[in-house]
Amino acid sequence: MAVRADEINVPRGRPRGRARLSGWLDREAILGPAFVTPALLLLLLLVAYPFVMALYFSLSNAFIGRPSQFIGITNFVKLWDSDAFRQTFQNSFVFTGIAVVFKVVLGICLALLLNEQLWFKRMIRGAVLLPWVIPTALSTLGWWWMFNSLYSVVNWTGMATGLMDPPGPNWLGQKYYAMAAVIIVNVWRGLPFFAITILAGLVAIPKELYEAAEADGANANARFWHITLPLLKPVLAVVVLFSTIFTFSDFNIVYILTHGGPINSTHLFATLSRMVGIDTGRIGEGAAISLYLFPLLVFVVWAQLRFVRKQAF
Amino acid sequence: MTVARRPRLGKVVRHLLLLPFLVFALFPFYHMTLTSLKQDRELYDRYAVPLLIKQGPTLEHYSKLLWETEFLTWTQNSLLVAFLATGASVVLGTIAAYALARMKFFGVATFGTGIFVTYLVPTSLLFLPLAQVINWVGLGDSKWALVLTYPTFLVPFCTWLLIGYFRTVPKEVEECAMVDGATRIQALWRIVLPMAVPGLVCAALFAFTLSWNEFIYALTFTSSSEQITASVGVTTELIRGDIYFWGSLMAGAVLGSVPIVILYVFFLDYYVSGLTAGAIK
Repeated sequence: MAVRADEINVPRGRPRGRARLSGWLDREAILGPAFVTPALLLLLLLVAYPFVMALYFSLSNAFIGRPSQFIGITNFVKLWDSDAFRQTFQNSFVFTGIAVVFKVVLGICLALLLNEQLWFKRMIRGAVLLPWVIPTALSTLGWWWMFNSLYSVVNWTGMATGLMDPPGPNWLGQKYYAMAAVIIVNVWRGLPFFAITILAGLVAIPKELYEAAEADGANANARFWHITLPLLKPVLAVVVLFSTIFTFSDFNIVYILTHGGPINSTHLFATLSRMVGIDTGRIGEGAAISLYLFPLLVFVVWAQLRFVRKQAF
Repeated sequence: MTVARRPRLGKVVRHLLLLPFLVFALFPFYHMTLTSLKQDRELYDRYAVPLLIKQGPTLEHYSKLLWETEFLTWTQNSLLVAFLATGASVVLGTIAAYALARMKFFGVATFGTGIFVTYLVPTSLLFLPLAQVINWVGLGDSKWALVLTYPTFLVPFCTWLLIGYFRTVPKEVEECAMVDGATRIQALWRIVLPMAVPGLVCAALFAFTLSWNEFIYALTFTSSSEQITASVGVTTELIRGDIYFWGSLMAGAVLGSVPIVILYVFFLDYYVSGLTAGAIK
């Protein structure tokens, strides 16, 4: 291209506004921060700031519609004297532990089955994933009805097949059954996430490994324990860490199914924190309860960053 | 080698093993729908078979739900909140993800980690102080509070998901465009975004689903019948005292799930890929 020298040298002085702006926006040091600022502001104002507030509330006697005073760690100390809180503390670990174990074991089984040749593969996958997509609050209503003390279809089926003696358990009115019920619903809702994610991990395992093992005479059992499981470890770690924090902080299922009852036997931190913080208005104490979720959150974040995403960025 | 010789048998066995999982996954929906279509007479007959409708179906519970409650208002609120929160979150998530995936600038690594951390923060940790913030900004008992707060968990999710998609778009394509005189923003708008459409669809679908399903913020920040969302309306307004209208309650649960089911049927593959991408990337 033949360009006359004087044409190139025209913009001697300050570039015009528009040109200068677009020149600026082409620089990563400017455009990068500009692009992340909206998200950053949002997270600072509506995540970081409320979190600091939660810390302050937990150290105060904040009560709805009343000025609060700093009272140190009184809330945390007082919680340990409360039976409801100690029960909740225990419940949270029982609930999370059992639910996650079931989800892992059943999730692996389901993923192995889904990984095989199947008829209607897409439809089956769609059906399996469904509980995860439907609003939990609404599907839990369905379970609530299924566990109803008078019309429980679970008990009806149990009695019709001779597995239960009439009248069958009062699922939501008895301590251990109520805990079993909330765990069942949590497993029901969380299983698709495990199965589909583990399935993605299975698909990524090279077929040659299985062929080689088979040639060496390893049976299906040995292939599972020596190839599948070790290679699934990274995926399992991510899924379990994710699920642990979200099961531990679960709210919807317990709130709708049992409201924490009978006699606090199914309360989790989230539901107790809402009851104390909103229903009775003791915001300070409620915030202290919900902050008990924090240590586990820190652990999960640490483990994810340390082991799973070694190159975070 | 009996199994190898009879692959058909193995296939049948596999399907039989899958059956309990499928029953477990689908039965609650079957039972909810069935209950919503039953006449009260049969519904509250303890000696009737609960697994079938024998005395004829009825739409009575649905008409009650639609005309005698505010269900349509709640659904409108849910739609409004979900659309606005999704739109805002996808836009904010897209530009943030692009910057994180492609650019080098001061603090980029910290911000990336920050996004990931907030992605893990459960809503039940923050709802109490957020309720105070909502009151201070004058949005107490308003659906706009939800439009404002849902992006706090949607933006980290969308950003995280889209970083993965942007990294699959070859850098060279973009650089070519810029060599040809396009600005960075033009390259993003004309080259990168069209190539990342599957990712954008996926992010939007998930954001919409997560907003539609959100419960604890909606339950805490809104309470009057004109402001609540479908989930909250069905679970609070249809349960009065100790008298439950199970038929209408189940009808509400079914209808409240319909928008998500429709999306799900059309975009199943996006849901599958988004679910795994969100966790594994």
